[in-house]
Amino acid sequence: MSEAPGNSGDRTLRKRMRKNRIFAGGVIFFSLLTISPILLIVYKLVAKGYRQINFDFFTKNAPDTYEAMLAVGAGEIIPGGILNGIAGSLYMVFIASLIAIPVGLLIGIFLYDQQSKRYAGIVRDITDILQGVPSIVLGLIAYFWVVKNITNGFSALAGSTALAIMMMPLIIRSTEETLKMIPETIREAGFALGVPYHKIILRVLIPSGFSGLLTGILLAISRIIGETAPLMLTALGSMEVNFQIDKPTSAIPLLIWEFYNDPNMVDLIWSSSLLLMMMVLLLNLLSRQIISRRS
Amino acid sequence: MIKSERVVKGILFLSSLLIILITAGMMLSLMNGSIPVFKEFGLRFIISSQWNPTEGREEYGAMAFIVGTLLTSLIAIVLCFPLAFSSSLFIGEYFQGTRIAKIMGTLVDMLAGIPSIVYGLWGFYVLRPLIVDLGLNGQGFGVFTAGVVLAIMIIPYATSISTEIIKMVPGELKEAAYSLGATRRDVILRVLIPNARSGIFTSFVLAFGRALGETMAVTMLIGNANIIPDSLFGPGNTMASVIANQFGEAEGLKLSALISIGLLLFVITGIINGIGKLIIKRFNS
Repeated sequence: MSEAPGNSGDRTLRKRMRKNRIFAGGVIFFSLLTISPILLIVYKLVAKGYRQINFDFFTKNAPDTYEAMLAVGAGEIIPGGILNGIAGSLYMVFIASLIAIPVGLLIGIFLYDQQSKRYAGIVRDITDILQGVPSIVLGLIAYFWVVKNITNGFSALAGSTALAIMMMPLIIRSTEETLKMIPETIREAGFALGVPYHKIILRVLIPSGFSGLLTGILLAISRIIGETAPLMLTALGSMEVNFQIDKPTSAIPLLIWEFYNDPNMVDLIWSSSLLLMMMVLLLNLLSRQIISRRS
Repeated sequence: MIKSERVVKGILFLSSLLIILITAGMMLSLMNGSIPVFKEFGLRFIISSQWNPTEGREEYGAMAFIVGTLLTSLIAIVLCFPLAFSSSLFIGEYFQGTRIAKIMGTLVDMLAGIPSIVYGLWGFYVLRPLIVDLGLNGQGFGVFTAGVVLAIMIIPYATSISTEIIKMVPGELKEAAYSLGATRRDVILRVLIPNARSGIFTSFVLAFGRALGETMAVTMLIGNANIIPDSLFGPGNTMASVIANQFGEAEGLKLSALISIGLLLFVITGIINGIGKLIIKRFNS
C-alpha cells in the first residue's frame, strides 16, 4: 500500500472520463457526417441548377438534342424547359392518388375497425410485404397488367398503376395509426346516440383524424413523385405534354434520366433535380406543418 | 346489426380483399412470366452466372446479380452502421427531447426524401471522381461506389426504428447505472445496447431489405457488368439494376429471365422483411 488508493482511483476515473468524452465526440462526429450528404446534395443542385431555372423552364417542353448542342456550343444556357415532365409527373401522381387514396383509406379504416381480429392481422402483414416490394418489381407488374393487357403500349395509366400500388400500403398504415390515436370515447358517443356506422366514419372518424390522414397522403405522394425505375418500364416518356391516359407520358425523373444519358443535355439534370427535390421537400414540410399545428 | 352498418362493414371487407388480390396477383404474374426461362434452364437459372443474350446461344443465369445485390447491400449496411447508430444515440440519448435532436431528426428524414435518381447523379458527379482520385478504381464505377451511396440512402430507415427503441429503454435502468458511478459511455455500452439489442438489429435488417431493391442510384454507379464482381471495387450488376438496364430491349426468353429475377427479388425482400417483422413482434410482446 505504498501508493495512495485515491491516486490510482483518480487515474482510472480520468481514463474512464476520457473514454467517455471520446465516445461522445465519436457519436457527434458520425451524426454530423450522416447529415452532411443532404447539405452537400442540396448545395450542389442549387449551385449548378439555378442558372437554368427561368420562365421557360416551367412553360416549354424539353429541347431536342440538336437545339441543346447548338446552345452548349455557343456557350448559352440550353433553351426550353421541362413542361412535359412537370405535367406528366403531376398527371400520373394525380391518377395514382385517385386510385390509391380511397382504397388506402378504406383498408386503413377496416384495419382500425377490426384491430385484433386474426384476418386483420393477415391483411396488415400483407400490407407490410407490399410496402417492402422494390419499386422496380412494381414496374414489371404494371407492365404486365396494363401495358400488355389494357393500353397495349406504354402509357400514363401504367405508370400511375405502379405508383398507386406503391402508395397504398403507406396510406393504409398511416390511416390506421391516425385513427388509433382518436379517443375511443368519441366513437362510442356516436354509437350511444344511435348514429349509423357510415356517418360515424364520415362525420366522426375522418374529421377528427383529418390532419393525420392528410399528412399520410402527402408523405405518400412525396415518396412516389421522385420514382424513376417503375416509370421507365411503364410510362416510358414523351417529348410533348400528354394527358391521354393510354399514351406514353413523360415525368420529371424520366427527363432527368434522359438528360443524364445525353451529353448535349446533361446541363439540364441539375435544374430538373433541383425542382424535383423542392417538390419533395415542400410536401414534407407541409405535412410537418400540419402535424405540429395539430399538437 | 342494422342494415347500413352491414353494408359499410361489407365495403370495408371487400376493399381489404383488394390488397390481398393485388399481392397474390403479383406473385402469380411473376411466376407465370418466369415459366419459360425455368422450363429452358431449370435450376441452372439460379446457380449459373452466365448471361448471354446473343440469339441462338442464349444463356441466362441470375447468380452474378444475386451476388452483386448481396455484396452492395452488405457494403451498405456495414458503412451505414456507425452513421445510423450514432444518429440514433444523438437523437434518442445524448440530446433527447431537445431542439437540436429535432433538427437532426428532420435532416435524417430528409435523406429518405431525396429521389434515388438524384442520389445517382450525386454519386456520379461527386463520389465517383473521389473514388478515382483515391485510386480505388480506374473508372470509379463498381460495387463499392454503389454500396457507399446505398449506405447513405438507407440511413433514415435504420435510424428511425433504432431511435424509438433507444428511447424506450427505461430511465430507471440508466439511472441505476449512473448512481453506481457509470459514465455515459458505460451506460450506453452496458445498459442501453444490451436492452435495445434486438430492436436495433431489426432496424438494420429492415434497412438491408431496402438496400436490396434500390434501383436507379445503383444502376448509375455499379458499372453494369453482367459478371460476378471480381473485387470489392470491381463492376457488377444487382438484380434490380439488371432489370432497369436490360428491360428496354427485352423480348421472349430474355424478358422471362428478367421477370424471374424480379420474382427472386420479390421473394428475397419478402423473406428479409418477414424476419425483421418477426423480431419486432417478439420484441414487443
